[in-house]
Amino acid sequence: MASLPVSTTINSDDVEYLCHADESLLDVLRDRLGLMGAKEGCGTGDCGACSVIMDGRVVCSCLVLGAEAEGRNIETIEGMADGNTLHPLQQKFIEHAALQCGICTPGFLMAAKALLDTNPDPSEEEIRFWLAGNLCRCTGYDKIVRAVADAAIVMREERA
Amino acid sequence: MRYERPATIEDVTALLASGGEKSFVLAGGTDLLVRMKNDAFEADLIVDIKAIEGMSDVTRTADGFEIGAAVPCAALGENAELSRVWPGVVEAANLIGSTQIQGRCTISGNLCNASPAADSVPAMVAAGALARIAGPDGRRTVPVQDIPQGPGKTSLRKGEFIEAIVLPDPGPRSGDAYLRFIPRTEMDIAVVGVGVQLTLAEDGSIASARVALGAVGPKVIEATEAAETIIGTRLDQPALDALAAVCSEVSTPIADKRGTVDFRKQVVGVLAARAAKIAYQRAGED
Repeated sequence: MASLPVSTTINSDDVEYLCHADESLLDVLRDRLGLMGAKEGCGTGDCGACSVIMDGRVVCSCLVLGAEAEGRNIETIEGMADGNTLHPLQQKFIEHAALQCGICTPGFLMAAKALLDTNPDPSEEEIRFWLAGNLCRCTGYDKIVRAVADAAIVMREERA
Repeated sequence: MRYERPATIEDVTALLASGGEKSFVLAGGTDLLVRMKNDAFEADLIVDIKAIEGMSDVTRTADGFEIGAAVPCAALGENAELSRVWPGVVEAANLIGSTQIQGRCTISGNLCNASPAADSVPAMVAAGALARIAGPDGRRTVPVQDIPQGPGKTSLRKGEFIEAIVLPDPGPRSGDAYLRFIPRTEMDIAVVGVGVQLTLAEDGSIASARVALGAVGPKVIEATEAAETIIGTRLDQPALDALAAVCSEVSTPIADKRGTVDFRKQVVGVLAARAAKIAYQRAGED
C-alpha cells in the first residue's frame, strides 16, 4: 500500500508524516509521532478515550483517517500544559481526584477543553451532556463533572 | 485501499464511476470508518469530499437552505437562522451520537447510511427536504425519502453522491418537531422516531401537514394518511387520537432487542401526537 504524505499542525507545530490510506489519526499520533496521550479504548467512536480537537471541534481520532488531517489544526493532550504549568482542567482533575486508572483522562480533558473554549460557564447538565461520549469506569463521573465546573470558574477568573 | 481527496464535484463522480463496487464517499466517517474496523468489510476506494469548496457550508438561498454534504451536525445547531426556521430538523440532527460524533457526522451521511432508525431522516422527510445528487450524467434532485430503499440500501446509482440537502422555506405559520423514543436520555439508537411539520391557516387550523415515521419499517415511512387526519383541525383530542391510530396502523416494525412490534406500534402513535403538539405550538408562534 502506498504511503500518503500529510502536512498538518499538531499542538501549534508544523508536522509532516507519511501514513497508509486506512490508518487512523489515532494510530498516526501514537505509532508514528510518539504522541501516546490519546488512548484506544473501543476503536469505534463509542468511548472517547482517543478524543482530540480538530479545527476547534472535539472528535474521536480513531474515527478520523490520518490522511484527513492534511491542512487541519490538531490539538492533543500533549499540548495542553504550558511547559511545567498545568492547564486549569488538569490541575482541577488532580485536586478533585477525577481520575483513577487514567486511561480515559486525556480524552475527558480534551473534550472538557473544547467545551470550556466555547462555553465558559456551562451548567452541570451541559457538562454531563457534553461529556456523554467519554466513558469512565472508575470515577462514577461526579468527580469529573465537579473538576470541570471548578476549572471553568478558574478559567473565567483568569480571563477577567 | 485508495484514499482520494478531489477538489471538484466532477472529480468525485468520475472517481466513484471508475472505482470498484467498494467505493465510498467520506464526509464525517462516523458510519464508514466504524464499518472499516470490521474485518469483514474492505473498501477499495474512499473519496473524501471535504476539500470541495462549499461542501462544508450552510447556505441561505432565496427559497430555503442548502446544507452541504460535509457539514457536521454540530454546525447545524450553531446556525441560529436554520435553528429558528427548522428547529425539528436541527434537533433531530443534534440527537445523533456524542459531542465527538456531532463534530463529524452529517445529515447526508445519515441518509445514505440508510439505517431505518436514522434520526435526521424522518425530520427531513417531514420538512419536505430534497437531496441534490451529483453524478456522471449531471445533477438530479429527489425527495429525501426516495434515497433509502431498505436497511443499508440506497437508490443512488453508480458514480452518484449527494452533494447537498435542500430545505425549502416553510412559509409563515409553520413549525416542525422530531421526537424519538430511547430507553435512556441520550447516546442511543431510536426505537421509534417521528417527524411532524405543520403549516397553519390564518384562522389557526392546520392547512397542511407532513408526518414521517422512523424505525418502524425497513425505511422511513411518509404517513400521508396520518397527516390527513389532522389537516383542517386545531389539533383537538379527537384529531390527536386519529393521528396516533393511523400512525400505529401504517407502521410495519420488526421486533428486536430494542422493542417488540406491539410496543413500537403503540409508541409511534404516542410520539406522533406529542410531536404534532410541539409543531403546532411552534407554528402558532411563527
